[in-house]
Amino acid sequence: MEAASKPDQELEIVERQIAQLETAAAANPEAQEQLKVLQDRVAGLRRQLNANVDAWKRTELARHSQRPYTLDYVQHMFTDFSEIHGDRAFGDDPAMVCGMARFRGEAVLVVGTQKGRDTKQKIYRNFGMPNPEGYRKAIRAMQMAEKFGRPIFTLVDTPGAYPGLGAEERGQGEAIAYNLREMSRLKVPILTTVTGEGGSGGALAIAVADRVFMLENSVYSVISPEGCASIMWRDAAKRDAAARAMRITAPDLLGFGIIDGIVQEPEGGAHTDHAKAAELLGETLAEQLSELKKLTVAELLDARYKKFRNISQFYQES
Amino acid sequence: MSWFKRESQELDTSGEKTVRSEGLWVKCDGCRQIIWKKDLEDNLNVCPKCQRHFRIDVKTRLSYLFDGGEWTEQDGHLETTDPLGFSDLKSYKGRVKIAQKNTGRKDAIVNARGKVNGREILVSAMEYGFIGGSMGAVVGETITRQVERALHKKLPLVIISATGGARMMEGTISLMTMAKISSALGRLDDAKLPYISLLTDPTTGGVTASFAMLGDLNIAEPGALIGFAGPRVIEQTIRQKLPEGFQRSEFLVEKGFLDAVVPRREMKNYIAQAFGWMA
Repeated sequence: MEAASKPDQELEIVERQIAQLETAAAANPEAQEQLKVLQDRVAGLRRQLNANVDAWKRTELARHSQRPYTLDYVQHMFTDFSEIHGDRAFGDDPAMVCGMARFRGEAVLVVGTQKGRDTKQKIYRNFGMPNPEGYRKAIRAMQMAEKFGRPIFTLVDTPGAYPGLGAEERGQGEAIAYNLREMSRLKVPILTTVTGEGGSGGALAIAVADRVFMLENSVYSVISPEGCASIMWRDAAKRDAAARAMRITAPDLLGFGIIDGIVQEPEGGAHTDHAKAAELLGETLAEQLSELKKLTVAELLDARYKKFRNISQFYQES
Repeated sequence: MSWFKRESQELDTSGEKTVRSEGLWVKCDGCRQIIWKKDLEDNLNVCPKCQRHFRIDVKTRLSYLFDGGEWTEQDGHLETTDPLGFSDLKSYKGRVKIAQKNTGRKDAIVNARGKVNGREILVSAMEYGFIGGSMGAVVGETITRQVERALHKKLPLVIISATGGARMMEGTISLMTMAKISSALGRLDDAKLPYISLLTDPTTGGVTASFAMLGDLNIAEPGALIGFAGPRVIEQTIRQKLPEGFQRSEFLVEKGFLDAVVPRREMKNYIAQAFGWMA
């Protein structure tokens, strides 16, 4: 096999070889062994191909209007959901949803950004872009979860924190900063999933967690591809090049050690089957939560600190 | 035969006849007055006429802050590895090389230790001249080391911001440094050690949304641009011009997000006094 050939070409070649071998291998142990090697190779190549799905295509999938949003996951994954409103200072932010719920019988807190599906809902949810009061509501609810020893699940799907006039006046920067520091020392397990768009500081403000997962077709970035393109290329139309350059897909970020795992989506993407998407996510979260519950509070906090302390060691000593 | 005859063929250019005046005078963006550069420098780079605070490089800033203009630097050897292999119209590696040449630093951050009115303190200060003072893995690690040093040596900490925010060319890695530094500051807070965040012109983006807003005291120089989203982004979002003075230090005090606006001349004493009160 030529190492130089592209994975998709190679995949075709290997699949043809398998087809030939399958007919010949029936009673031949040597051929069967060869067959197994090739089948493994096919699985590897498929994974590689999937990992190479264009970053811009992933961004489009992450933004798909039928993609499950936080309240869809709440419906499919949790029971006894009861929403918590308001930051006790300014108002309630519909772009951020918090609520008490049960996850497989256990009392937990759910926190997530919320987008709208039709125009009216989109405006009501501010396109999933929280204001400072949204972040303050989130940390207030999380501190209550800490008080009562309840694990926290956060779901991230936001283009970013809202860059508006009121948001600046009410301290968007301060609200996010406060959440980062306080989440780092909450004494309960926190599990974050980026379900769609992980938009910069506005996403991170509810994502300082013990485990951070990304759905297969979600993205997590420091700035939107459009924003990056208009700054670095001086042309927002170069968004696909920017999306690729910033390495914002789940496989990329798993490679950098920024996330802990990738959650598979139903074939064709999470938007094709909300229930199945929630089921797949629920399995991962249940398994990981039981792992985290084995730790003492000191171990949990120490591990969380080390996780973020060591997360971006991309420097050299010269 | 002509009436006039050129005596020599070439003009004599050997003698110094011109007086170089460029670079001696500076125009103040605040009051549009022309200021003699030496007057400006003697006044800590603050316009003697309108008190506008000019942007200064990190070395100048530290020399104003520390006793006798003396400090020791630490962690200055860290350098980015260009984790994404990022390239837009120019390569990130190329941009870093140019910035290193222009600033004489490896990245947009300096860790310093020295005395302020006799009190030993630690400082992390950002260099805006290095790719817009943007925060990548090196800035994240360098500041975190300083926070941890403050924790272990039980020393007061000042972080001086001058930045456009996270460094796009390091993508999500630069985003993670926000959580990294904020977590370290959580530990410093747990240990009840003092931290003053000094915001200078400009401080925006991911830095405002992390360590710059987490000081026991958040203070700023007069007239500094401070915000989460940049003014242009907000104008695009709301489709109207922003009011005069929006996102300036004085505006943030009014809205309740800064403890004080401190003129450059009083900065050293303010910091020494505040730490004196705290510990």
